[in-house]
Amino acid sequence: MTAASGFVSGQVVRPPALWAPILKDAIIAALVAVLLALPLVGLQTYDIGGGALGIRTHFDWVALAAVAVFAGRLAFRVLHQLHRGHRRRSAARLARLAAWGNRQVLPITLAGIGFAVALPFLPFSSRYLIDLGTTVLIYVMLGWGLNVVVGLAGLLDLGYVAFYAVGAYTFGLLTRDLDFTFWEALPFSGLVAASFGIILGFPVLRLRGDYLAIVTLGFGEIIRIVLLNWAPVTGGPNGIGGIPRPSFFGLSFARSAPEGLTTFHQFFGIDFSPDHRVVFLYFVILAMALVTNAFTLRIRKLPVGRAWEALREDEVACRALGINPTTVKLSAFAIGAMFGGFAGCFFATRQGFISPESFTFIESATILAIVVLGGMGSQMGVVLAAILLVSLPEFGRAFAEFRMLIFGAAMVGVMVWRPRGLIAHRAPTLRLDASPTR
Amino acid sequence: MTGAEGPAALLAVEHLTMRFGGLLAVDDVSFIAYRNQITAIIGPNGAGKTTVFNCLTGFYRPSAGRLVMRRGDEFLRLERIEGFWIARRAGIARTFQNIRLFAGMTVLENLIVAQHNPLMKASVFSLAGLVGLPRYRAAERAAVERARHWLDRIGLTDRADWLAAALPYGAQRRLEIARALCTGPALLCLDEPAAGLNPRESAELNDLLLGVRTEEQIGILLIEHDMSVVMGISDHVVVLDYGRKIADGTPAQVRSDPEVIKAYLGEDDVLPPRRSPVGEEGGASATRRREW
Amino acid sequence: MAYFLQQLINGLTLGSIYGLIAIGYTMVYGIIGMINFAHGEIYMIGAFISIIAFLMLGLAGVTYVPLVLVLVLLTTMFFTSIYGWAVERIAYRPLRGSFRLAPLISAIGMSVFLQNYVQIFQGARVKPMPPLVQGGFTVFESGGFAVRLSYLQLFIMLLTLVLMIGFTTVIATTPLGRAQRACEQDMRMAALLGVDVDRVISLTFVMGAALAAVAGLMFTLYYGVVDFFIGFLAGVKAFTAAVLGGVGSLPGAMLGGILIGLIEAFWSGYFSVEYKDVSVFVVLVLVLVFCPTGLLGRPEVEKV
Repeated sequence: MTAASGFVSGQVVRPPALWAPILKDAIIAALVAVLLALPLVGLQTYDIGGGALGIRTHFDWVALAAVAVFAGRLAFRVLHQLHRGHRRRSAARLARLAAWGNRQVLPITLAGIGFAVALPFLPFSSRYLIDLGTTVLIYVMLGWGLNVVVGLAGLLDLGYVAFYAVGAYTFGLLTRDLDFTFWEALPFSGLVAASFGIILGFPVLRLRGDYLAIVTLGFGEIIRIVLLNWAPVTGGPNGIGGIPRPSFFGLSFARSAPEGLTTFHQFFGIDFSPDHRVVFLYFVILAMALVTNAFTLRIRKLPVGRAWEALREDEVACRALGINPTTVKLSAFAIGAMFGGFAGCFFATRQGFISPESFTFIESATILAIVVLGGMGSQMGVVLAAILLVSLPEFGRAFAEFRMLIFGAAMVGVMVWRPRGLIAHRAPTLRLDASPTR
Repeated sequence: MTGAEGPAALLAVEHLTMRFGGLLAVDDVSFIAYRNQITAIIGPNGAGKTTVFNCLTGFYRPSAGRLVMRRGDEFLRLERIEGFWIARRAGIARTFQNIRLFAGMTVLENLIVAQHNPLMKASVFSLAGLVGLPRYRAAERAAVERARHWLDRIGLTDRADWLAAALPYGAQRRLEIARALCTGPALLCLDEPAAGLNPRESAELNDLLLGVRTEEQIGILLIEHDMSVVMGISDHVVVLDYGRKIADGTPAQVRSDPEVIKAYLGEDDVLPPRRSPVGEEGGASATRRREW
Repeated sequence: MAYFLQQLINGLTLGSIYGLIAIGYTMVYGIIGMINFAHGEIYMIGAFISIIAFLMLGLAGVTYVPLVLVLVLLTTMFFTSIYGWAVERIAYRPLRGSFRLAPLISAIGMSVFLQNYVQIFQGARVKPMPPLVQGGFTVFESGGFAVRLSYLQLFIMLLTLVLMIGFTTVIATTPLGRAQRACEQDMRMAALLGVDVDRVISLTFVMGAALAAVAGLMFTLYYGVVDFFIGFLAGVKAFTAAVLGGVGSLPGAMLGGILIGLIEAFWSGYFSVEYKDVSVFVVLVLVLVFCPTGLLGRPEVEKV
């Protein structure tokens, strides 16, 4: 702001000189928008038939894009200028809010868990909502699992979906060939996934950063391609179907049970309702997610968890302290993978069938986005980010086509706005509590 | 076995040589570091001091030579031990030229991580900790006590819950030393611990190191440029230049050694120095000016 | 033997395409140390723009093949470069200096965005194009199998060679190239010496995008169909090529690209087609595990 501008009750009197660069900036932005939109938006190809293509022009859309970008950029720059002082104050307010939030972790957590447990019984709940909640919880659990690898140990894993798939297919195979039930297969899903975690971990021990990311991505893709093509074992593109639903201590949720077995509604003397199973599944995943969280919180305070975080901070210093980076990395991969496997097992039982198309790279990217958007290492952040990323597309059902577009744009937008994630706070695992000045 | 058999000898470096491609960084260096003594390695920049450290602490594998470390009745050959095992088995802890703290963790956590190995043992790879067995909780309490002891010694007790990154520079240096000491080493290797410290802080560092030497009964090996630290507290000084040892003795001896003076103050040379490392350019007709 | 030669020719052609994309990856990684995840989508956009350009020229009545090729080449390079520039400006520049995961997530988001952007506005179906450059000649014949080198394949390989020589010259001799190499070495120092780092980085992205555009054009000509998903797989393979050749090295990227193309061609020729992508991923893992600096890369010594 130059000396010539005055501040009059929130209105800034701006000298004309400052408009020019802002206008120029907006015009350039609009021009770029035109050039970008012209080939792909302005000229649309469509099938004429017989393997030929025609072109439709949509120059009005291009013009619209130009105007929108112009207006948007102008507004952005102007608001930016106007609220420069405001921004500092609101940033301070946000910081205070965040600090308050961090102190209230326990009550907030309890409230959250209470809400989650009560959800199916609340008046506004519906089957749709519980289904949504179940999906959110699957992603929360996946996020917490990946958090161990990426958030705590700092190992960039872009192929986490592989462990998810391994867990699901382990259950699928065990049930198809050996008639395992959900609860019987669950530990095996975790075990097999953990083994795959170690298998992945070995080759990547010496890799850092982006290289590690690409190799893990490759690993995820290898798993997917193998699942897709190894038809005799995995069922190929059709996957494995007929996966049984979990039972409540032996009570099944079917309408009627085969000889000698009781069903849930028979046992409790209530009318059958398909909602029972849905609610039960919801509570199963809620329990699994909470166990994951409890485990993670606990393990952070143990030597192995601290070693993960130390490794993330500085691997060279870890070596100098006698910490074996290999075992630390492998343990992170294994445990992270284990939770992915558990989640995969649940996914299989919820859907009733599994196929390779559920385990694409986009899933890995989504889960990673949840971890990073939430704020690396932050448990609550993962919950928030999962709710955001899973529910938003649901609310925009009308814009189903644009779902992924908005998803991509949101990823870019949130990262640019808040690179450290929504909640970038790390709670120390140990306090001396000797300082009187706290 | 030579060298390491004397009553207080701790580490014997014998004919250590390190080559990087065509560059001879360390050339036939031998010296002995004793327990209960502070040994300083000094020399102009590029003399190979940090390279010696890296060979000692498992970051480089020496091209030739022996490094013998005495642990009780055992003699360990360091050049055969790799990486993190050096800290674990040989009991050598080090600090770095550029401070390498766990910046995102608190001061206390930094010191607890240093005790990772005994804690892992006590918790059976953390399993006992998972179920909250008393054996682990006792071990953790002991670890905290040990950390508290060092926090008191370096004066950071009231900042134990601060993020390590939030500490001022001098405090970070002290924390790194305390962290190394928390591993319970037999030999403490410090790489330029006084770098960036003002005279008052250097004096405090001297006190700390003298205290450590006396109370902990360990050997201290340090690389330093700050002569007030070197001359003030070292029992034994080794001088390197161009990768070779040019002097070895008490601080007084070294200070008046003509070779040392020549290496530090330089001369107007027309001929290249005696044995320049292979691959170095412009040896002839260059007046070499070195810094402390 | 003849079969082998045919696969060799196919592999070299494919490898040229991968090499051009790989150069974009390696230049960006060399200068700002991040994997441009959206680069594969830039290549895909190049392919789409080339199809649209072909159609427009066809509608305008231009049929002289060399002229069409040149015009489409220039058009595609022009528009795709702007996309490359815009992606950097929007998704990466604000995050420069931020912690290393942030630009990666942003890049993934951009990749998803671009894929769906093209899918929405151009439709999800594949876009076919009638072959433009036809004909070829038989190089070699044995046992009833004729090894054919088509004019198109020749064109692709020659164009790639020309571009390679051109870009290497630019990097090695021009002030821009010098500035770029300086930024690769030490960005802060280059800035202190008066290099406009922002501009150099933008230009790096633009150059990478231009080359990817050419690769996209070649893909269109060679395969005759494009769809919005070709970017992902090609992107990963091209990145593998960049790593194989040694990140930061332009000739390395091209060498890596050719090797990957050959591996893919021989694998699908002699083993199985379904798993050809797996072969490339396996190569990636092997290279990164055993030889992370690649064939022509500079070895990194860990500094403590």
